[in-house]
Amino acid sequence: MIEINNLKKSFGKVEVLDGVSLSIADKGIFAILGPNGSGKTTLIKSILGMVIPQAGEIKINGTNIKGKWDYRKDIDYLPQIAQFPDNLTVVELINMIKNLRGKKSNDQELIKLFKLEPFLDKKLGNLSGGTKQKVNLVLTFMFDSPILILDEPTTGLDPVSLIRLKDLIRKEKESGKTILITTHIMDFVETMADEIVFLLEGDIYFRGTVDELKKKSDRNDLEHAIATLLSEKE
Amino acid sequence: MIKVLQYSFYDLIRSRWSYVYLLFYLVLGFALLFLNSSVSKSIITLMNIIIVLTPMIGTIFGVMYYYSSREFTELLLAQPMKRTTIFLGQYLGVSLSLTLSLVLGLGIPFTFYGLWQSAEMANFGLLLLSGSFLTFIFVALAYNIGLSNDNKIKGFGYAILVWLFMAVIYDGLFLISLIVFEDYPLDKFTLLATMFNPIDLSRILILLKLDISALLGYTGAVFQKFFGTNRGMISSLLVLSIWTLVPVYLITRKASKKDF
Repeated sequence: MIEINNLKKSFGKVEVLDGVSLSIADKGIFAILGPNGSGKTTLIKSILGMVIPQAGEIKINGTNIKGKWDYRKDIDYLPQIAQFPDNLTVVELINMIKNLRGKKSNDQELIKLFKLEPFLDKKLGNLSGGTKQKVNLVLTFMFDSPILILDEPTTGLDPVSLIRLKDLIRKEKESGKTILITTHIMDFVETMADEIVFLLEGDIYFRGTVDELKKKSDRNDLEHAIATLLSEKE
Repeated sequence: MIKVLQYSFYDLIRSRWSYVYLLFYLVLGFALLFLNSSVSKSIITLMNIIIVLTPMIGTIFGVMYYYSSREFTELLLAQPMKRTTIFLGQYLGVSLSLTLSLVLGLGIPFTFYGLWQSAEMANFGLLLLSGSFLTFIFVALAYNIGLSNDNKIKGFGYAILVWLFMAVIYDGLFLISLIVFEDYPLDKFTLLATMFNPIDLSRILILLKLDISALLGYTGAVFQKFFGTNRGMISSLLVLSIWTLVPVYLITRKASKKDF
């Protein structure tokens, strides 16, 4: 359960989050949408404690996360851009994270799923963007934590891997997890998301299901519905 | 913290630059002993090199490692770990691997030369100790610079400036002020000015130990007069520890406030 209250964050003069309040009590898939620079990543990073907000509070499972770190054992996070230390091999990186977490993991299964066996002994610096993203996915999904946060999970993936990823996310949802996803691929949102949280200019502009959004904007497809939403605002 | 330290240490030990650094000290140690054929003379020459070189390598390596491990850091930040653990682990990893290169690189040639039987053992130990102190101090300063500057080029620039200031410019300013104010009593000023520069301080520390301080500079003489050799040494070691602990404390403070 995630509870965010009046969260404010600015970088210099740019106000990125301007009093965001959001409460996610249920299990399911929540898509965080919004134009570039609307504060999606900042919101996610605040939940993870990587960005420190100027005001407001965030509670995970009832405890305020300010200054804490232990709560992160309940969160699996997929960062937006898969960047890893270049001189480690894939297997070394996976073992390192396993060692740091000290939790049970199903990395072997995921390595097989994404066909990463041939790359295990290669250095991360030599991998292609898509393969790095697969390693990124393995690192995120290999632990069984109740909250999953995925920042642009589809970046660089081929269609086959994309299908596998969708299956994987559905499976995680069925096991009763809370999943936050940011993405710009509307097709992905339509097929996957239970609820949409639409961020605009540092605040939540809309929250509801895909159908509600379509009804509100009187459009049949999501892409246009969002475009309408944006032009209404202007 | 031990786990982060391990990975950083292991990461650095495998890098080519650690070997180059180690090799440099090996060659330097053997060459000096071969040319000087006396352990005590070699120690004085080494002092002059170490006092300038360890801070330089410390700052450059520190800043380089900070920037090149940013991805690694972000990966760790999303794990259930304390921020201070992550940064202190990395800091200790860098400092320890550099110190290891120094101690092994000079220790091996001197051991071959029969240091353990010679009376210079303590002096050599002190030389390595102040070299290690300087490494820890300047890596910590470099980490502070890295944490305060997201721009790599700026960070490198400031790091090199800090080294240049401490190693060269500071002494120049110091000397000029001694000449300008030569009509006044300057012993207290000299003492204080030395305390504020870890490089000068290490130099004094070794000179006091070698017992040639009176010959080798005004500050040394003042130091000896003020403290007597033992007290002078203990207080310089104390100040060096402060020089290490304050930047390390600042690392933890900066790290816990920064956005990633």
